Amino acid sequence: MPRATGFFFLAPAFFFIGLFLLFPFIWVFIISFTNVALTGPTALNPAFVGLENYVRLFDFSRWMRSGEFGNALRNTLYFVLGSAVLGQAPLGLAIALAFHRRRGPLRELVFSLATMAWILPDVAVAFAWIAFLDYDFGTLNTVLINLGLGKIDWYFQHPLVAITIFNVWRGTAFSMLLFSAALGSIPPSFWETAEVAGASSWQRFKDVILPLILPHILTDLILITLWTFNTFTPYLITGGGPFFRSETVSMYTYRVAFKFLEFGRGAAVAVVMMAINFVLATGYLLSLRRRRAYG
Amino acid sequence: MRKCFKLLFVIGLSFALLGIATFAESIKLTVTSRAVRGGVNTLLVQWLEDVVFPAFENWMKEQGKDVVVEFIEFGGTDEALKEQYALDLKVGRGADILGFDGFWIPEFDAAGLVKPLDEIVGPSIWEWEGWKHIPPSMREILGYQGKVYGLPLGTDVRVIFYRRDIFEKAGIIPAGSGLRWQPRSWEELLDTARYLKESLPGVIPLQINAGTQMGEATTMQGWFMVLLGTGIHMYDFYSGKWYAKHPGILEALNFYKTVYIDEKLGDARTQLIPGARARTFELFRDGKIAMLVEGDWFWRSVLAPGSEWGLPNRNEVVDWAMMPAEEPGAGYRGQNFVTISGGTGFILNPNTKHPAEAWALMGFAFSREMQLEFQKLQPRIRARDDVPVIGDPVMSEMAKALLRLTTVRPMLPGYPKISYEAQLMTERVVAGLMTPEEAMEAYAEALKEIVGEESLIIVE
Amino acid sequence: MRSARFVLVRLGFMLVTSLLGTFFLLPVLWLVTAPFNAQATLRVEWPSPFTLQNFGEVFRNTFAIRALFLNSILQAGGTMLGTAVIATLAAYALSRLEIKGRNLFVYLLVLFSSVVTGTAAMVPIFLLLYYLRLIDTHLGVILVLTGGLLPTGIFLMRDFVESMPRSYEESALVSGATAWQMFRDVVLPVLRPGMMVVAVWAFVNAWGNFLIPAILIRSPEKMPAPVAIYSFYTEGGTPVLTLVSAYSLLYALPVVILYLFVNWRYGFRFFGGIKGGGK
Repeated sequence: MPRATGFFFLAPAFFFIGLFLLFPFIWVFIISFTNVALTGPTALNPAFVGLENYVRLFDFSRWMRSGEFGNALRNTLYFVLGSAVLGQAPLGLAIALAFHRRRGPLRELVFSLATMAWILPDVAVAFAWIAFLDYDFGTLNTVLINLGLGKIDWYFQHPLVAITIFNVWRGTAFSMLLFSAALGSIPPSFWETAEVAGASSWQRFKDVILPLILPHILTDLILITLWTFNTFTPYLITGGGPFFRSETVSMYTYRVAFKFLEFGRGAAVAVVMMAINFVLATGYLLSLRRRRAYG
Repeated sequence: MRKCFKLLFVIGLSFALLGIATFAESIKLTVTSRAVRGGVNTLLVQWLEDVVFPAFENWMKEQGKDVVVEFIEFGGTDEALKEQYALDLKVGRGADILGFDGFWIPEFDAAGLVKPLDEIVGPSIWEWEGWKHIPPSMREILGYQGKVYGLPLGTDVRVIFYRRDIFEKAGIIPAGSGLRWQPRSWEELLDTARYLKESLPGVIPLQINAGTQMGEATTMQGWFMVLLGTGIHMYDFYSGKWYAKHPGILEALNFYKTVYIDEKLGDARTQLIPGARARTFELFRDGKIAMLVEGDWFWRSVLAPGSEWGLPNRNEVVDWAMMPAEEPGAGYRGQNFVTISGGTGFILNPNTKHPAEAWALMGFAFSREMQLEFQKLQPRIRARDDVPVIGDPVMSEMAKALLRLTTVRPMLPGYPKISYEAQLMTERVVAGLMTPEEAMEAYAEALKEIVGEESLIIVE
Repeated sequence: MRSARFVLVRLGFMLVTSLLGTFFLLPVLWLVTAPFNAQATLRVEWPSPFTLQNFGEVFRNTFAIRALFLNSILQAGGTMLGTAVIATLAAYALSRLEIKGRNLFVYLLVLFSSVVTGTAAMVPIFLLLYYLRLIDTHLGVILVLTGGLLPTGIFLMRDFVESMPRSYEESALVSGATAWQMFRDVVLPVLRPGMMVVAVWAFVNAWGNFLIPAILIRSPEKMPAPVAIYSFYTEGGTPVLTLVSAYSLLYALPVVILYLFVNWRYGFRFFGGIKGGGK
């Protein structure tokens, strides 16, 4: 493709990204080293405070207390591990495998329902889940009662579990669609070869399919980890409570930046979040590359 | 043909000039607040758009001025509005008149975002007739450091609301006697609650706000009501310091502990779930809570027949009593009973291009006739003393009994954060996460970070 | 005999499928029952009394209705167009120009976008748009949303583009087509399903975005639905369930319709088109 046309194609993206992405990002990065706020005395006279905002986040003597950053970080790690890595990805893969090369109304139904859960707007979904999880009137508890398992006080006893289940429900569709397409792009010959060789389903999967879709697993994990890290919707359901037991890092940022309008601190948290995601992505990349090497 | 064109040109030009002339003279004023017609605070929109603005525009016309007023609705949350104000004021824009909560003023002033009225308009504002009818306590609602930033739409007081029907059923009040219940100490209040708990097991005797779920409602309807009863405020107005540790705080926390943990006179869970406040309204309406400490807004807006939690027989089954101090004479300022008031109102935008006209509009909206018009739509305690609460004897009675006993929140930049710490403190005690001593310790530590150690009062 | 096992497997499959279907369906049932219930509670129950009055009252709130049926559509639609088109162009160019390190570059942009779309960037975004005189405009919202969604959009399109073999483009060029003709007639049709997915994804994200409009919009006539839903709260900050549920249902419908349409017309899936020889 001629380079001139190529740059012409890239120009609009660069314009947007330069102006509306890089510029604000650099700004945020800079203010993370100040104590600027929107109201209060530091709004008029912000001062450079160096790494103070960052240090304050990692004040190990108190950071695990409820309401502090360490608590939010720990919750977020459980949340991401439980709902994305061990939830959305495997479930999405399982559904994709189950319906691989099976068309028909069942597939349409399951895929559509899962996608609905993914695309419905946050506010509507939040209300529906508040109703769903309600202790006395919620549908989930009604089902559990009918199964003989008794009511569970989701909000009070297991808020983190509740939002984890919610996030699995919410995001599985993406992994499902991604893996479905990945599986679909594997030439049929591969499937047939494995069958002919008489390998069991699990072996077939592990030795033939898995290596082929490894890059997609990587893409999937990176994206859903990032999205789960940054998702704010659970706040609309539990408010991060009770007592910050279900507060994730994105909710912590909201509390600091939005409620108290302390943008210097909020910026530091956002940058730290980004750094953590970068580390996680590198981790995925390295571990999956190693897998590939050893086959 | 040419003549035709010339004529048209002249006519067109004249219209244009006329347009420019009127345009040049026409002044547009904007007012914004958290209100949407047909939605939240719809009565405010009605009063402003249907009554105040047309009358004002006419009045201006009589003086030869062409003024058009527009109300800009805002349907988001209070927090979203506050942040919008902060952003707008920072860059020098925003509506001319802003619906504002009093306790935002200190932090906005510290950031240089808002200014006192007389600095925006000039000393001429003091010529307004309304000042004679607005006592200093009312001016403090939208005031800071002795200056006035705006005018309050009204104020409120807090009381104990109780269900007469439940009290009669339990025999606390002889049925049909018309006698009223009024505890004179915490012990009497708690005794009533204990008695109710024994005689009517399915009913929550006493619910008093705690926890962070209800936000400022916890501080106002809960924490302050209890704390003031021990004799201290959250803040000492004379020395300019915050009470960080004090026996009063411990007594107040122990009151909460007694109610929610030790004797289970109140339901802790209801305080701690999302939508806690709505839950308490529902339970009181359905007769599942016997006593609820709330603001007069609860009576006039929440329980009013026809509203979402309306009680058709509200006047018969709901009554109120003043919140007692720990013991007679032990309350704040040596009072037997305590209450606290808040308020929202309107301030002037320092960036307004028409300060004189904007102030004229404010003065007009807060004139006696206009305030009376608002009373017709929504009776409540208004800022002007020549505007009585019409049509609601209960409100009038509450106002009469309590306005002289009330106090206000400390108007300081650090208040919102400290209020949040107080809510957190009650939450920790009510949820059994910390003992009162531990909770107070954590509170003091948090305050140290917010205002610095020199601003604290510590009494072991 | 294999057939017994076969039947069991089929049955097991159907059981698992129904469980999955129920799992995805159950939580949203409330959204379809509560709006029609004059005394809506948090329960999922047959509406009694059944009513359409909730919708009637919702429609009387012109602020919220305009927010939903005009502003949200404008803002989400504009973002959808912008993101889909620009992301496709960029992903295609990045791939075909074989710029080194492009994957890392796009990934870094995705990381940055996660910072910029959060609450921390509120002030810079506001000030930037203020200096561009785009406060309180639909265009401002569209531009900011597009900027935030582009990196991930490019990331998503990248797979579609890379899985398209170059032989088609090469043969077109060899036959004498110009670069633009080749793009329009060969590449676009193949990429179209991918563009549709990115378009829907961008629309959905913009449709649900609360933060950017809250920062940038001032006039009520331009507020979109996620902000407007709070006008169905009481003064004390509690939601009026009958109205909030009705509005939520209305708010959810356009997105559902869009998905169903794209799924029916193009099939909603990631890079399905050409079965190439893998990557």
